[in-house]
Amino acid sequence: MAMTDQAADALLAPAAPVAEHEAIDPAGERASWLQVSPLVLVLLLFFGLPMVVVFVVSFFDFERTAIIPTFILDNYVDLFRSEVTLRLYASSLKFAAIVWLVTLVLGFNIAYFLVFHVRSLLVQIGLFLLCTVPFLTSNIIRMISWIPFLGRNGIFNQALMGAGITSQPLEFLLFSDFAVVVAYVHLFTLFMVVPIFNSMARIDKSLLEAARDAGAGRFRVVAEIVLPLSKSGIALGSIFVVTLVMGDSFVVRTMSGGQSASVVSALQNEVAALQYPPAAASAVIMVIIVTLMVAGILRLVDVRKELVR
Amino acid sequence: MHSADGSRPWTFYVFAAFFGLFVAFLYGPMTVIYILSFQGPQGGMTFPMNGFSLEWFQSLFAQKRVGDIAGAFVRSIELALVVAVITVVLSVVAGLAFRRRFRGSAFVFYLAIASLIMPGLFVGLGIALSFRLIGVDTRWYTSGLGAQLTWTLPFGLLIMFAVLGRFNRAYEEAATDLGATSWQRVREVTLPILLPGIIGVALFGLTLSYDEVARTALGVGSQNTLPLEIWAMTTTITSPALYAVGAVTTAVSFVVIITALTAIALIQRRRARTVQE
Repeated sequence: MAMTDQAADALLAPAAPVAEHEAIDPAGERASWLQVSPLVLVLLLFFGLPMVVVFVVSFFDFERTAIIPTFILDNYVDLFRSEVTLRLYASSLKFAAIVWLVTLVLGFNIAYFLVFHVRSLLVQIGLFLLCTVPFLTSNIIRMISWIPFLGRNGIFNQALMGAGITSQPLEFLLFSDFAVVVAYVHLFTLFMVVPIFNSMARIDKSLLEAARDAGAGRFRVVAEIVLPLSKSGIALGSIFVVTLVMGDSFVVRTMSGGQSASVVSALQNEVAALQYPPAAASAVIMVIIVTLMVAGILRLVDVRKELVR
Repeated sequence: MHSADGSRPWTFYVFAAFFGLFVAFLYGPMTVIYILSFQGPQGGMTFPMNGFSLEWFQSLFAQKRVGDIAGAFVRSIELALVVAVITVVLSVVAGLAFRRRFRGSAFVFYLAIASLIMPGLFVGLGIALSFRLIGVDTRWYTSGLGAQLTWTLPFGLLIMFAVLGRFNRAYEEAATDLGATSWQRVREVTLPILLPGIIGVALFGLTLSYDEVARTALGVGSQNTLPLEIWAMTTTITSPALYAVGAVTTAVSFVVIITALTAIALIQRRRARTVQE
């Protein structure tokens, strides 16, 4: 019971459980600072500071493997001049859009089924865990488990040919953009399911009954009540899925068989060649793009307001 | 949504079938690689099965053939345990801080969220760069550990928010009224009540660390953790040994998950029974 809700809430990023009107008590405040300081210290040391370093190094020069402290904009200029880079951004955006759409449709319907069709709480928790458990196992293994399915002699092709639908194995299944999308959807749909589930679970069921009593059909109830009231969950799920796809390198490398690349996998190659400054510039631009996307989503849906509701 | 007589609307069956397909989509491929990991010695990467054997599991321990799986496995387990302990302690303590209002709480919250959604490879890049600039070698137990904490600590904190959001402070007030010192109150009232949530944090800490790739990849140093070793295998190994290592590592994850969920269920049940009495 607790686990389900925690997992759900964990992904939903709830506002901190603070009494809003309580006045600040100086002794309590000092205690709180003391209590958060170890966590803040670790995050500043291993996240905040390194991000600043990335930003600074993006203006540095490099020669072979040496990093030369200076201030140049060449790394950025090269980035925007390169047609290859622009194609990579286009490809990453394309993957993000496709995967976002597919996971949204899947996530919304799965959450809807769990919240509005499953009557027993125990069954609901059980099915929810069924969806959640794979998240806690290895992404790499889940990804490579598509290889025996999609390969040239894989299960899918064997089934198609066995059923007489195709006479030759389909070549596009594995090591292609198709395989990349399948793997993304497989890995990331959960990040859509959980936040949407959480916001749907908070919808007062009598609202739906009232709408139906007033003559609304199934579709109208979903379109005019469930959808607007699940907005915050959809927004949070979208943020997760978009940032995960845009930041990915491993799936695109493995599942495209090296045929496709992403911005981040190109960055990983630069790091492997110890060319840190251009890699840093590429990271900075990507963070800016992802931040703009997140800000755009948050502009459409005021998540904090929805959460406090 | 159901009619007054309790019968299911037709849409229920459509959704149930859809959900069933989704579960098959989630678990089907995994199940297949478990089966294929028992391929006979001459078997390939896909069906048909060419006999059954433990050949590929055995090959994992023959170091030369597939790389240092055993060493990577031990490192990953050690790292996961350390990450879990640090995550539990730091996020439980920090979570408690948020029950009071304090200036800077929004900063801490957004720092954690930013750390959570920042693409993992960038965090790894930043850490690797920082270590390089100060001239320290990256190691799985220094830079690797720090990189993983930027992923597990935000999760731990958010789980604590969820747990504490449901926490009834009347129990603590009662303890104080009965003369408990603040340390007694924390040890004998607060922490036991929070225990299921704390187990949840430990579960996330363990499993997220054990499977982490993106953040660890650039700052792991010369010795790989297990998932990175497996990732290296995906390009070099084209035998069912890859599935065997997948089966083993997923089995470990499942043992951890089932242990944690069972512990939480037992605590909840004992609690429900105590309340009834």
